[in-house]
Amino acid sequence: MSGTRAVIAGIGHTEFSQNSGRSTLQLAAEASRDAIHDAGFSPTEVDGTVTFSMDTNDELALIRTIGVPMLRFCARTRGGGGGASATVQLAAAAVESGQADAILVYRAFNERSAHRFGQPIQANPDPAWNWASPFSLNTPAKVYSLTFQRYMYEFGLTNEDFGRYTVVARDWASTNPNAQFYERPITLQDHQDSRWIVEPILRKLDCCLESDGGVALLITSAERAADHGADAVPILASSAIQLEGGHEMFAYYHEDLCEYPEGRVLGQQLFNQAGITADDIDVAMIYENFSPIVFLQLEAFGFCGRGEASDFIKDGHIGRRGSLPVNTNGGLLGEGYIHGMNNIVEGVRQLRGTSANQISGAEHVLVSAGRSGIILGR
Amino acid sequence: MTTVRPPIFDFDDAFFWEGATEQKLLIQRCGECDTLRHPPTPMCAICGSTNNQTTQSAGSGIILTWIVSQHPTEPDAEPRIVILVQLDEGTRIVSNLIDVEPTHDQVLNDKRVEVCFVDYGGTVLPQFRLAGVQS
Ligand SMILES: [Zn+2]
Repeated sequence: MSGTRAVIAGIGHTEFSQNSGRSTLQLAAEASRDAIHDAGFSPTEVDGTVTFSMDTNDELALIRTIGVPMLRFCARTRGGGGGASATVQLAAAAVESGQADAILVYRAFNERSAHRFGQPIQANPDPAWNWASPFSLNTPAKVYSLTFQRYMYEFGLTNEDFGRYTVVARDWASTNPNAQFYERPITLQDHQDSRWIVEPILRKLDCCLESDGGVALLITSAERAADHGADAVPILASSAIQLEGGHEMFAYYHEDLCEYPEGRVLGQQLFNQAGITADDIDVAMIYENFSPIVFLQLEAFGFCGRGEASDFIKDGHIGRRGSLPVNTNGGLLGEGYIHGMNNIVEGVRQLRGTSANQISGAEHVLVSAGRSGIILGR
Repeated sequence: MTTVRPPIFDFDDAFFWEGATEQKLLIQRCGECDTLRHPPTPMCAICGSTNNQTTQSAGSGIILTWIVSQHPTEPDAEPRIVILVQLDEGTRIVSNLIDVEPTHDQVLNDKRVEVCFVDYGGTVLPQFRLAGVQS
């Protein structure tokens, strides 16, 4: 390695809402402008971009909007939200290899007021859906529930167990002014009173909060960030794992249906790169389209053993004063679903000491999107 | 009346849907090394061969996992039991369990099933029944 260390130097985001009332390009531009400014940079210094393959904001449209004269690096992640942390991996790789000096990572959508991911699909997006949609697997909730059912059966869990995660997420959200569920904590009974989406597996409050909004990051080298006076957070590790037999949506063909093998390999990669262990993680930001996916990731990363996530959560480990605070912004269920990117922002804030739910002395934060992840540190 | 979203045939899986119309559950088989694979792919990942053949499954297996599929905002849509079957030949397939009440308060995991074929308005799907149950 050249010795150049990539850092997250700036963060920016719009409000998270159910109806932004403006174009996704404007959301991307506002978040990008704020991230560049937060890093102490000018748009004229940006020379690279990374976004999701699914993002509808064209790079050229964005740079014309925010005033970036030239790009020499553009990349996009594969898949959907599972690639959220891979944006940072791509940006860090470009910075550390010298392909670009200042990379703008952005993701913006009107995922509530326009195209909602949670609705039944109207046409098979790719051939893999032939093995699902004719048989009535036509929403993400159903597609994921087919594996969650086996997990519940194997370990004797009920939907109440999943509800205990949501209660914690909503507790964190209740004291985060950026969260859509700010000042709206719930009880387990509230969770159990919400309507079934896939009985007896998922209730409404197990599902992420479809949202409108934009998030951006400015990633550069530690040296440049220091020159600009940025409050930069080093990227200690980054990886994105794809396994043969896997699919972004259909985790049906790996031998063991009760584990998240991409997450297990991801954890090993990240801890190796950073030279730390799971015990060293002070805050974990864990992508959750649905609450049970947190359980599978807690186990995959070794924060608890196989089938033990339910007890780990019940025992208070992931909440306030817990041994491993998880999703301290309220997560994608409580703050909003900006495809996982808002979890990276919270990770940066925890290390800057500026989170609404600051964990004192946080030194290592894991930001996992399940199949991609980063470890940020001090 | 159950309505189904028809598959969109492509080069790599047309054989499967055509087989279904002939009441056959076909599994892709490598013509060189005999490895079975599902969902289909245009090349054998073991030996690199594109000699893609099929084998007819006996249609027996066990339910690994299952859900009752009912979209909450479409109350009139017929609920269906969706199952993931481990076929005795070793491959897995998503399908439906029929002739069983679509209720969630039963245990279907690890139950043995047998294939049958149902024509849903021109789309023939392989479906499964609990083993030993005659229609
Ligand atoms: Zn072969």
